[in-house]
Amino acid sequence: MAKYSEQVTSFIPHLRRYARALMGGDIMAADDLVQDCLERALSRIHLWRKGSDLRAWLFTIMHNLYANHIRKLSTAPKFVDLDSDNIRMNDNSNAERDLEIRDIQQAINTLTPDQREVLLLVTLEGLPYREVATILGMPEGTVMSKLSRAREKLRVIMQMENPKRLRRVK
Amino acid sequence: MSYNAPVSQTDLQAYADGQLSPMRRREVEEYLKKNPEMASMIEDYKNINDAVHKYFDPILEEPLPAQITVPVHSNRLKLLRVAAVSSWLALGGVIGWQLHPATVTLTTVDMLTAHLVKPAAFAHVIYTPEVRHPVEVSGKEHEHMVKWLSKRLKTMLQIPDLRDHGYELVGGRLLPSTDRMAAQFMYQRSDGVRITLYNRRGVWGNKATSFQFTKEKDTAVFYWIDGPLGFALVGNLSKRDLLKISESVYQQLN
Repeated sequence: MAKYSEQVTSFIPHLRRYARALMGGDIMAADDLVQDCLERALSRIHLWRKGSDLRAWLFTIMHNLYANHIRKLSTAPKFVDLDSDNIRMNDNSNAERDLEIRDIQQAINTLTPDQREVLLLVTLEGLPYREVATILGMPEGTVMSKLSRAREKLRVIMQMENPKRLRRVK
Repeated sequence: MSYNAPVSQTDLQAYADGQLSPMRRREVEEYLKKNPEMASMIEDYKNINDAVHKYFDPILEEPLPAQITVPVHSNRLKLLRVAAVSSWLALGGVIGWQLHPATVTLTTVDMLTAHLVKPAAFAHVIYTPEVRHPVEVSGKEHEHMVKWLSKRLKTMLQIPDLRDHGYELVGGRLLPSTDRMAAQFMYQRSDGVRITLYNRRGVWGNKATSFQFTKEKDTAVFYWIDGPLGFALVGNLSKRDLLKISESVYQQLN
């Protein structure tokens, strides 16, 4: 079991990077997602087959948690009551976050949740399409069409923001 | 894929991601030579890949925050502090603190300087000279301010009473800090001298340190960590005067 925790530990930086990108750059929300993922991984360790790909298993768990999170968001009211004095603040106007979000993060935020997941697993994690399909529980063809749509969207946005920039990035 | 099979959307995506077999890759390369429009699209895709990496890869190098732990399965659930074995923060800081509660190691000082002292001193310098808008919420709305800022910082804050030292509460504000939010409380003496108390949660997790002192030009700072919160008391005062107030702050918060 100690071995297992060491292996899991070695993936934490990757899980954090992925979560941060998924959660629009919100560090605290992203780290909460990572911690939930680690805890769920442990509680279901009996479901993990020794020798199978631990990374894919962890990313599958994170995908499920993220999907739950998105479901909850879609049913939650847009305005959050931050204290008893009824100070209301639009979640989108979080100034702390606005400072951090730049260019690519902002562009990624315009993608749908599943486009985001596909794009990030392919580009950030460099996973084969087949593995991405398994993690997200969708056919490979769907992965490809989502990837292609995500890229086209990003391409348009990045060109709109700075027409010359895209070509210069090396 | 057989030779000369038509190049599909999937092939183009896979080409940009380096997921094609060497043979198929050459075929797609040939195709792109004849289709400059597609070639420029692929160039954009590659640039997007690069931009994504450039933006997010630094996260891989970040020290793990203390709140991220790998639960270990034994008879009962136990939490193994990953940070304690894997990050400089813990090696330098946590262990150091546990063995020698009175000393703080160099790496910890670096970390606290970056996340606590510098932002606190900067916020002090920015807001204390303000005539009309020194604070966001007036000290008269004491109760509301505590509730609001506690909610935003996700931890219970208290506002120490420094009237015994001759300082009235002016008010407070919410601030962005390095990776979190922070709260600043401002106090003022009858002759106009102002001091600020900066509070934030941080990468240090749940710790306790002794008072640390630092000074830059005329701005002196006492800082310490108590539980999840880090504190920095900032003022253009002598070390002795500032220490007295720091001790009073510390006592009131405990």
